[in-house]
Amino acid sequence: MEFTDKHVQGLKDLLYKMADDLLIIGHRNSEWTGLGPVLEEDIAFSSMAQDKVGQSLALYEILHQLGESDPDTVAFTRNAPQFHCSQLVELPIGEYDFSLVRHFFFDHADAIRFDMLATTVVEPLQMVAKKFRGEIKYHTMHADIWMKQLGESDEAKMRIQNTINEVFPFALGMFEPSEFEAELIEAGIFDGEFALREKWLNKVVPLLESFGYTVPNAETIIPEFGGRKGQHTEHLQPLLDEMTEVFAIDPGAEW
Amino acid sequence: MYGNGYVDPENKITNSITANEDPIKLAEFESRIAAGDKIEPMDWMPAEYKKQLVRMIEQHAHSEIIGALPEGTWITRAPGFRRKLALMAKVQDEVGHGQLLYSAAETLGKSREAMTNDLITGKSKYSNVFNYPAKTWADSAVIAWLIDAGAIVNQLANSKGSYGPYCRALDRICAEESFHLKYGHDNVVFLATGTPVQRAMVQDALNRWWEPIMHFFGPPDKESIHSETLMRWKVKMGSNDDMRNMFLDMYVPKIWDLGLTLPDPNLHKNEETGRWEYTEPNWEVFKQVINGNGPCNKERLAVRRKAEENGRWVRKALAKPTEKYVTPLS
Repeated sequence: MEFTDKHVQGLKDLLYKMADDLLIIGHRNSEWTGLGPVLEEDIAFSSMAQDKVGQSLALYEILHQLGESDPDTVAFTRNAPQFHCSQLVELPIGEYDFSLVRHFFFDHADAIRFDMLATTVVEPLQMVAKKFRGEIKYHTMHADIWMKQLGESDEAKMRIQNTINEVFPFALGMFEPSEFEAELIEAGIFDGEFALREKWLNKVVPLLESFGYTVPNAETIIPEFGGRKGQHTEHLQPLLDEMTEVFAIDPGAEW
Repeated sequence: MYGNGYVDPENKITNSITANEDPIKLAEFESRIAAGDKIEPMDWMPAEYKKQLVRMIEQHAHSEIIGALPEGTWITRAPGFRRKLALMAKVQDEVGHGQLLYSAAETLGKSREAMTNDLITGKSKYSNVFNYPAKTWADSAVIAWLIDAGAIVNQLANSKGSYGPYCRALDRICAEESFHLKYGHDNVVFLATGTPVQRAMVQDALNRWWEPIMHFFGPPDKESIHSETLMRWKVKMGSNDDMRNMFLDMYVPKIWDLGLTLPDPNLHKNEETGRWEYTEPNWEVFKQVINGNGPCNKERLAVRRKAEENGRWVRKALAKPTEKYVTPLS
């Protein structure tokens, strides 16, 4: 079918929120470099961070092909209200339990999102989605192993459980619907946030229960929405100030 | 990066260290080394050989881990995707080198936990160079280029040493380091040929890092208590001054080619001797920094200690009380 302006707008909105999510969570995960609880986790978080930032770059490239500015300009010159990431990804890394639980929730959502996008009618997006699936498979595997493993120790399990409860509303915030849901579904671009949320719940709830955790009832929790529309926590702007500190010295310079 | 493995002036070794060793085994050990054999973890080795190697590999491993801190600061500030991705990968490599080296040291019987403990209590040392701050983005570029270059000079030499596990770790490390060097050089080239602000930034970084770089190879040979035994055992593969000279020979011309200057008016190559001549860096400063009084010693250890404390519950959860843990090999 022929894309209308609204379809293109919807596609851009979708690409921005995915790319921003990946850039910001990649940036956050990279903050573990040198500080992990065991060396192997430093390395793992750094490796995943590189995948995430690399994936965000690929999505910003698609946006550039659609007429947006080049990836460096888009990533390194916008302010918080211009970002479409979910609030989940912008929260500080906290302690290891927080970063792990966020990683578990985020990566399962992204794995399903890119699974769904592997059949999108938008060809460049379809291609990157297929590629990303191969990388994300290892991210979810990593998250699952650690969630399971830490569930086997009483002290760790209690910490993780508390963090699940704390993070869950932010995790549900990932599925904040955009104003273009109907257009995206109609055009075969993306099946929509609601469908993604259902698939995600069907995946993470039984999985967490099998590790011995209890999962808050998604129907009674108020999700932390706003991020997709540029409403962010107080943590995003300082992150961006840091990220763009050197770039801003001379945005015209080649670094 | 990052380990330097210079001869520590306070590390006094005399030939009496072999006095209590079985002379037949010792002779056999030394003839194997002379023949170019590698010593493996289960082989007989003199107590002092083992002690020196543990100290050296452990110090190298700590240097990788602590070295990730000053550079890691710039991952979240790297300008643009290309640099951000490359720096993440580079620092990840360094942490990976730490992991590899701790494993190599473990083959000599000291556990990673014991080594980490000695690091955070200040008992073990790490490369002095990481007790200086990385103040600007250009500092991270200079570190990636020149500190890594210095480390490669040392590590290539040490990879021809006698202890098998350390040599194999160094072979892998050197292969990765050569990419870091390219990254660092590329980064410095962009700054040195960039805008006046970029140029000033990299010159300033170079001025501040020159002394720590000269210190990196250790005190001059005349001052360090040099052990012939360590050389004969191929624990130490070259003198501090030789390593420093090799580095200067390879990199000073490259630095000058970029139109950058070095803060030592006496620095030049004596064409007759083929050796570089320079103003001796202040070795009193070096001693002060080694003994904990550098600009960042306290901060680096505090960060490491905090990371250890914060991660304790995770490591505790991983240890299965029903399983028996054994000390590593040797």
